[in-house]
Amino acid sequence: MSELKNRHHIITALVENKAGVLARIAGLFARRGFNIYSLAVAPTHDPDISRFTIVVDVESAPLHQIVSQLDKLINVVEIKELDPTEALERELLLTTVNADSRSRSEIIQIVSALGGSIVDAGISHITVELAGTPDTIDTLEELLRSFGIVATQRTGRVALPKLRTENSFETGSRNFKVFN
Amino acid sequence: MELTGAQALIKSLEHQGVEVIFGLPGGAILPVYDPLLESTIRHILVRHEQGAGHMAEGYANVTGRAGVAMVTSGPGATNIVTPLANAMMDSTPLVVVTGQVPTTSIGTDAFQECDITGITMGITKHNWLVKDANDISNTIAEAFYVATHGRPGPVLVDIPKDVSNDLIDYAEPDDVSLPGFKYISEPDPEAVRQACKLILEAKRPVFYVGGGVLKSRASEALKILVEQTGIPVVTTLMARGAFPDDNPLCLGMPGMHGNYTAVTAIQQSDLLIALGSRFDDRVTGKVSEFAKHAKVIHADIDAAEIGKVRVPDVALIGECRRSIEELTRGLTESASQLSKPNENLLPLDIGDWINQINSWKETYPLSYDKSESDTIKPQYVIESISNLQEEGTIVVSGVGQHQMWASQYWKFNNPYSWVNSGGLGTMGFAVPAAIGAKVGRPDKAVWAIDGDGCFQMTAQELITSSAENIPVKIAILNNAYLGMVRQWQQMFYEERYSEVYLSPDLPDYVKWAEAMGCVGFRVDTPEEVIPTIEKANEINDKSVVIDFRTDITEKVFPMVPAGKSNDEIIVGPFGKKS
Repeated sequence: MSELKNRHHIITALVENKAGVLARIAGLFARRGFNIYSLAVAPTHDPDISRFTIVVDVESAPLHQIVSQLDKLINVVEIKELDPTEALERELLLTTVNADSRSRSEIIQIVSALGGSIVDAGISHITVELAGTPDTIDTLEELLRSFGIVATQRTGRVALPKLRTENSFETGSRNFKVFN
Repeated sequence: MELTGAQALIKSLEHQGVEVIFGLPGGAILPVYDPLLESTIRHILVRHEQGAGHMAEGYANVTGRAGVAMVTSGPGATNIVTPLANAMMDSTPLVVVTGQVPTTSIGTDAFQECDITGITMGITKHNWLVKDANDISNTIAEAFYVATHGRPGPVLVDIPKDVSNDLIDYAEPDDVSLPGFKYISEPDPEAVRQACKLILEAKRPVFYVGGGVLKSRASEALKILVEQTGIPVVTTLMARGAFPDDNPLCLGMPGMHGNYTAVTAIQQSDLLIALGSRFDDRVTGKVSEFAKHAKVIHADIDAAEIGKVRVPDVALIGECRRSIEELTRGLTESASQLSKPNENLLPLDIGDWINQINSWKETYPLSYDKSESDTIKPQYVIESISNLQEEGTIVVSGVGQHQMWASQYWKFNNPYSWVNSGGLGTMGFAVPAAIGAKVGRPDKAVWAIDGDGCFQMTAQELITSSAENIPVKIAILNNAYLGMVRQWQQMFYEERYSEVYLSPDLPDYVKWAEAMGCVGFRVDTPEEVIPTIEKANEINDKSVVIDFRTDITEKVFPMVPAGKSNDEIIVGPFGKKS
């Protein structure tokens, strides 16, 4: 698992909010054989600009190659890798687990201990939500597994650079001194 | 000024200085063909849309300006997909305008509807679907800007029929504003300093010159840099003519069918200075064995090329011409700082290296068997045509054996005189590309070296050449086979020839040429080669097709088998020491 995590890098990109941008980005990944682990996109405070957070698997290609190919897309305005230590990362989980009268209170306890909440409940199941770091979400998923997970949807990571690094946001075009 | 979208489109193209459009009308583009009747732009009516695309490429390659093609929706648009992919691979600036079904019909599987922006997303630098006629002038300005700036390449503008018909208040385009389109012109000064240091320390340096040198019109700058340093030059398939073959420092073409000296000089170099080249697999062979001991300086305008195949020691990201000029300037500066009194660091003290290279040139020159007097060797045809040309004749080729022989045996002493399909390897490129080149440079003679297989793919464009009075000369090296495939089947598939025979007589090329309004000749013996070329040279009012019946068994050598190390180069039919 940790080896897999080392292969995952976060790319954050500001793109023009135009028709077909998602297809251009997804198509580039497909035709160059780059792997996407997760992808989240929505407009920013500026309605003309959307932010993509893409978690990529660098097993398929060096990160700098992925970033510079994406940077060539005309609609990509700014792009860079987010160093996890310099980034705020969140993910949202919705998951429905089996819950009977004996397990119900234990599930509620676990969910609230990790900062999640119950969004729906029935006689035999509970649906919970948790917004948190990907690690916290991994933990909750792990803990709930023994009760029997019925369905799960994770949003994929969204991320922002921490404010003190925002000033050094670069387009990535000239940063080629480091190739590791 | 109130105009239709179609009128606005033509006006926008005129505004960009477009002189010529290669195209073919149809339903969805019909409104645009009407105002064309009043335009100053020349339209060349092709016989197949693929021809329009390759003509536009030929035009772009010899002029340095964007080639323009216009076709209708659906099959018109899909027929031009191959030229777009070809232009993308070879970084050729192309603006293709396609008609589209009305916006109200998009997505309904309407007659001649196809999602051409979707199809061409991966084979254009960018494409646009224009949904509002008011956007036409800005979109066309953006299209030309994107096609011709940074690393050049093709773009496509898709215009629905109702958008062409809409009435708008036409306004000239604003200044192009594309916040996401970025490229760096000037190389980083620190990187230039590092590069100069590597060059001054090198003992076995080679300039590995690619098509980018031609795209950035950097031939003159390169000549100065080579004179300054004394470093030998290899010119890739895309860069033939970027540095003159008759200069003793020119080693010719490297790669799978490169000559021994060019290939081996790269392999044994200690510093490879890649200028506008991209470490294509046809040049590198097995990448892990490619120039193993060399440090690499990589100059390219496309940052994504840096480290894509080979991680360089120094990257010069910028326009090739600027990088070359900055190297010249930086070298003068560094040399004067580093040299001791009475010592000259430039040109480099690499006499041993040059001697080694010269001995390879002597031992392993490009050669073919001239002992058989009754068969026409294809190499002899190319040498003869080349020798009988005025300086600056443009030569175009298709793809296959004849292309490699043309690159090997034509004497390239001028830039922008060689047009071929390198990256995509598009058979059938030569005839339309030659016509486009002649349109771009009517002052030059244009010869196409073509194969019989290639010729059959796009020959009908010679009708266009006759109808539009664009005389070109086509030399078919007719070996009755898909020759390159035959060569691979002979060498790597135990002579099991599968689906490669074409016949020398079917079609009758002379009759076919005459039917298309051209002059046709057939050449069966070596003695007729030169007189027939001379006859063809005299004909300037019609296109000429010469059917040269060449040796069927002739193969392209040297050859590095696919996926093998360049050290395993086979020099001739009898192995290395031929």
